[in-house]
Amino acid sequence: MKKRSILSIVAATAVLALSACGGGGGDPLSGGGSDKGSAGSQIIIGSADFTESQLVASIYSQALQAKGVSVKEQFNIGSREVYLQALKDGSIDLVPEYSGALLSYLDPKSTAATKDAVTAELKSKLPAGIAMLTPSAAEDKDVLAVTQATADKYKLKTISDLTLVAGELVLGGPAEWKTRQQGVVGLRDVYGLHFKDFVSLDAGGTLTMTALTNGQIQAGDLFSTDPGLKANHLVALEDNKNLFAAENVVPLIKAGKQNDTVTKTLDAVSAKLTTDDLISMNAEAATGANLSDIAKKWLARAGISGQ
Amino acid sequence: MNWLSSNVDRIISLSISHTWLTLVPTVIGLLLALPLGWWAHRSGRGYAAIVGTAGLLYTIPSLALFIILPVILGTKILDPLNIVVALTLYTLALLVRVVADGLGSVPHDTVAAAEAMGYRGWQRLLLVELPVAVPVIAAGLRVAVVSNVSIVTMAALLGIPQLGSLFTQGFQLRLYVPLITGVVLCAVLAIIFDGLIIWLNKLLTPWRPRTVTS
Amino acid sequence: MNIVGWFTDPANWSGSGGIPVQIGYHLLYSAIALLAALVIAVPLGILIGSTGRGEAVVAGFANALRALPSLGLLVLLFLIISPVVAGKLVYILPTVVVLVLLAVPPILTGTYAGIQSADPHAVDAARGMGFTRSQILMRVQLPCALPLMVSGVRSSTLQIVSTATIAAYLGLQGLGRFILDGRATASFSEMAGGAILVALLAIVLEFTFAWIGRLIVSPGLRRTAIKSTSPLETSVTTVTLEKSP
Repeated sequence: MKKRSILSIVAATAVLALSACGGGGGDPLSGGGSDKGSAGSQIIIGSADFTESQLVASIYSQALQAKGVSVKEQFNIGSREVYLQALKDGSIDLVPEYSGALLSYLDPKSTAATKDAVTAELKSKLPAGIAMLTPSAAEDKDVLAVTQATADKYKLKTISDLTLVAGELVLGGPAEWKTRQQGVVGLRDVYGLHFKDFVSLDAGGTLTMTALTNGQIQAGDLFSTDPGLKANHLVALEDNKNLFAAENVVPLIKAGKQNDTVTKTLDAVSAKLTTDDLISMNAEAATGANLSDIAKKWLARAGISGQ
Repeated sequence: MNWLSSNVDRIISLSISHTWLTLVPTVIGLLLALPLGWWAHRSGRGYAAIVGTAGLLYTIPSLALFIILPVILGTKILDPLNIVVALTLYTLALLVRVVADGLGSVPHDTVAAAEAMGYRGWQRLLLVELPVAVPVIAAGLRVAVVSNVSIVTMAALLGIPQLGSLFTQGFQLRLYVPLITGVVLCAVLAIIFDGLIIWLNKLLTPWRPRTVTS
Repeated sequence: MNIVGWFTDPANWSGSGGIPVQIGYHLLYSAIALLAALVIAVPLGILIGSTGRGEAVVAGFANALRALPSLGLLVLLFLIISPVVAGKLVYILPTVVVLVLLAVPPILTGTYAGIQSADPHAVDAARGMGFTRSQILMRVQLPCALPLMVSGVRSSTLQIVSTATIAAYLGLQGLGRFILDGRATASFSEMAGGAILVALLAIVLEFTFAWIGRLIVSPGLRRTAIKSTSPLETSVTTVTLEKSP
């Protein structure tokens, strides 16, 4: 028995030491592949881990397929930290992005607020090998939401109104908010808010919505196109200092995969996509409809598919 | 119900990858466990060492192993290979002891009779001892395959597509149907694999009386 | 990716989300689930073991629970109770229920198998000496059942500690927090750190139980309880060997 224990301890220590020191190089969370993008002419389309991102990615995918472009879908990858890495390393070639959020991620010090300012600055800050196409008018911003009761109690209209009371409130949002400029860091630096605590939930999804309506958090990160904002009588606080800049939907693509067909097709999609479209698609997704079907319907209405 | 009919393709592809991720490690684990178990059965000291290491391996939580393996193997975190290797290790760890004990449970009289009839080493192992040990090994294999079906779903937390992805999707969209579909399909797969092994057991042991084995 | 660096960074050891705090929460949820499972499984196991009835049904049930996808059940319970339950309970309740469902079968099986395996001669002798039913149970059957019971509790604890990582999916604390947050912020060192901590915790508990087992099990039983060679007992041992998800 004793010999077996010693053997077991040695084996365990060896395995754990090996993993702690990190075998063979590269970070397992980074995507694989070369900087040139995936091999061949096929375009691999990725998306973030929330519904709307998948909807837009599905629209891109079906629009491109209608034009005869070979496409592979790899949706639901994760947060921006993860899928951007996948884009840089070539495991995906195309992903729908939000201009202001991406800019803030690439340059936390940026102060651009309007759609045009953000677009111009973003073009200059993109990493090598990655290009952006024409942004859409459709927009989905992160909003800091509170319940009607909380807003009435502390007389809250804008995010700045939280300055005095933040210490009594618990903030909830996705885990990545802990380190993001458009998150806890920015709320602290730009607005001077020090919340009582931060709870890691999800990216503007079920958990955050439930926690907010449940009272577990008093302020939460939700998306401006979320149909649940109205349904649950939540108040989206006004972003008076423009921490969350203009966040227009824009396709992000590997430079090597960009060609006339792709550019024309996606620009046409971006031109037709509106914020109201996003809201109604989200509402339909909330009833359980298949995401690709919703995307297909939008394409039919916009007159893009089958052209 | 709408969701079901419009997502059939996805459900089928997830079920297929789940089946693959479950069966491949189970089979490989069994194949590796046979020689190791036999050696453990033969050598007294080997038994303690092997069963001890196996027990320890079994202790490591699955999610932890799915994350630690990429470092050791040099794979990316989304690589299904991590799941296959992890489950092979668990199956191996479970079955090594079962095979050893199974071989040990062959009555001495049977072994003696076989030797008396002229069966030597390999022949005796393959034609007499292993077949007699089959029911015990089958019992262990059933435990292994059914556990594997459920462990694979944990990989949904890392984003690897299989039936567990239906759970995370159902959660995100606040829908019951994908959830229940996922749970039901996992149960169906478990029942199918379990039944498959029971059938194989009956097939490989035709001398057993036709009674119900639990 | 610097896993050693993550472990040596003092910021990770302090604060409300630091390593000691998360280990504490992890053990807290586990302890609650274990206690609840003991309360349910031990009396039930004693009942089945001493009356000999219901074993087939229970064994079948325990077998079926082994296939339980814990993540799926967690999410299902959350969706069901979230319209009606308020506060933190809406996250804690599904977590504890799932953990208890995983923990009950090993303890149950260990208890009734243990009671059944109590040497019938010892039970007979006790009856001959005039012990009452409850005295036989408390002074002979239960102590004889201890090796298998401890083995069941040990298996149970491992299941619970391994699966308690999913509590983080609902936003609770625990070691799963490092894994999920690490994935969200693309910090593999945090993910691996959390994974290594869970593995270490499981191994430490395994050895602790081996030691506890040696302490409380009567020396007279220890020698005979170790190697089981009959296929019947192997299936019992196999049942208690179920892999924690």
